[in-house]
Amino acid sequence: MPVIPLLAMIRKDLLLFFSDRRSVIVSFVVPIAIGAFFGSIFSGPGSNAEPAKIAIAVIDQDASLISKAIVAGLQSDRNLKVATPTEAEARDAVKRGRTAVGVIIPKDFGDAAGKAFFGDGAKPDVNLVYDPSRNTELAMVRGIMTQHIMEAVSREMFGGAMGKQYVEKSLPGIKASKTIPDAQKQVLVQMLRSIQTVYNQPAASGASPRPQGLTMPYHVHEEAMTAGSNIAYNGYAHSFAGMGIQFLLFAMANLGIEMLLERQRGLWKRLRSAPVSRFTLLTGKAASGSILSFLILAVCFAFAMVVFKVRIQGSVVGFLGVCVACSMMASSFGLLVAALGNSPATARGVTTLAVLMMVMLGGAWVPTFIFPAWLQQFTLIVPVRWAVDGLDATTWRGVGLTGALAPIGVLLGFAAAFGALAANRFKWEEA
Amino acid sequence: MLTINHLRKSFGSLVAVDDVSFSVERGQLIGLLGPNGAGKTTTVSMVAGLLTADKGEVLVGGAALQGDTDPKKRKIGLVPQDLALYDELSARANLRFFGALYDLSGAALDKAMAAALQLVGLADRERDLVKTFSGGMKRRLNLAAGLLHDPDILLLDEPTVGVDPQSRNAIFDNLEELKRRGKALLYTTHYMEEVERLADRIIVIDHGKVIADDTLSGLQARTPGLGGERVTLESVFLTLTGRSLRD
Repeated sequence: MPVIPLLAMIRKDLLLFFSDRRSVIVSFVVPIAIGAFFGSIFSGPGSNAEPAKIAIAVIDQDASLISKAIVAGLQSDRNLKVATPTEAEARDAVKRGRTAVGVIIPKDFGDAAGKAFFGDGAKPDVNLVYDPSRNTELAMVRGIMTQHIMEAVSREMFGGAMGKQYVEKSLPGIKASKTIPDAQKQVLVQMLRSIQTVYNQPAASGASPRPQGLTMPYHVHEEAMTAGSNIAYNGYAHSFAGMGIQFLLFAMANLGIEMLLERQRGLWKRLRSAPVSRFTLLTGKAASGSILSFLILAVCFAFAMVVFKVRIQGSVVGFLGVCVACSMMASSFGLLVAALGNSPATARGVTTLAVLMMVMLGGAWVPTFIFPAWLQQFTLIVPVRWAVDGLDATTWRGVGLTGALAPIGVLLGFAAAFGALAANRFKWEEA
Repeated sequence: MLTINHLRKSFGSLVAVDDVSFSVERGQLIGLLGPNGAGKTTTVSMVAGLLTADKGEVLVGGAALQGDTDPKKRKIGLVPQDLALYDELSARANLRFFGALYDLSGAALDKAMAAALQLVGLADRERDLVKTFSGGMKRRLNLAAGLLHDPDILLLDEPTVGVDPQSRNAIFDNLEELKRRGKALLYTTHYMEEVERLADRIIVIDHGKVIADDTLSGLQARTPGLGGERVTLESVFLTLTGRSLRD
């Protein structure tokens, strides 16, 4: 292959790209800005960061010992940010989206909950008013609330004044009951007397002055599972990978559209009249596209590494391999745009849609694990999915070279397929 | 220098060029005239290797032109009708790129660029971006780009479209200089006065066929004017191709 024309084509394309300030900004600055934004949203709690708290409002209309204990429990929960407005204020805050859930503890809740605790008496309501767009947070609040209510009610019933009163009130009733069978009656009386004994015992020195009631019978030990030990998840790694890929695809689609414009302006007549093979012409375009794509990824990740402490925790060779394969795939995608596009205007519309679909399905915006199972399988046919997975594997997941081989292979396969199709469909005749 | 034998090209059912033959010798400028859609550009495109002929052959120096990478393509320079230049690059960067397509590099490329820019009078603007050029300057640079590799044959497809009289005159001077240097020039245009001034021979093509191939005086002799006056080339052209509109 003649080297001078090939190098001249690459040099010319790079000069043209960098002479267009708008292209440079869109390709290098915009992905960094959007990557930083998405990274800040999706990075989750870092090693020192507090988790994002769910804003709830609690309206305690009961003001009993139990309801006060529930409110205190909710206020001490690390996952919640608790306000205690009036009911009207709480409803307004939920309606305006400022608060996810309003928890209304009605009057006499404590008393009724105590009675219901031993299965005697109707269960009282806890009213939740919630923002229908925040169902996930509602489910979390429901779970956290259950824990604190059970702790507060059981603590009171097994050691508090309410529990003591309840046992004293219940004992004569059980003894006199004609509906409870004698055998059961005996067991219940025995149990309540045992509880009474516990209530009446003086607190031993050093012992807790208040019984704990029911508590969560386990602690959760959380360990982020990456290939390396003590590697914290850095959401910026994913967001910069996704945005870098998105904008290099846009840049390469633009390269294809530029080829259509070159044809429209008669420049391809000059290229085709020169003694240069079709292979050299397409290879020159593919090479300049690959270099530009690699530069876009390199600049994105360099920024993420310096500013957001993103690290290649896995194989550096694998990371570079995925970047190169992804760049080649994007570049051949640009050739495909030039081969299939009828005019720059129509190609621009269609490719914008195609790129957006690819990055959306490929997990460049949001990770693919939140997709339905069938969609997760389906997106394996999208090259962006492999690029994102490959970059994730070699950055924050800390996977070695073996984890990068499949993405590299598949991306090179896509590059070859796009390139072959482009060469086959390219309009070589210049009328 | 350039011989075209029985060229034919069709697009679907439309026969754009049908059995066209002619030749261009060294130091000769052939004017290729024809109405819109007559087949001029298709003929030039086949000679330049942009289109593959269905039949016939193009001979350069007696040897048939074959394939994209045929070294004989180096003997042909194309000046397309479009301003085939990169506006965002300087004149020098444009020429550097187009020269490299012909394997020119280093000192040889620098020398070729300097000579081409000198010929078209743009040596002092070589570092300026093409987008800052006037239409006439762009036309002259378009010509320079086709001349860089010093071809023996120059194909000029309406090279003066949309330029002012000064630039047009400058281009004519350039072409006359190239003729003096022994280049073979094939020139398509709609401007009769250009052909009258420059052409050694005129070929009129219509509906894909050559309908006349003669010198200016030979063509004028075919169509005697009233009172024995010599008719204009335009009258000859209209007599040959008819007065119906060709859109």
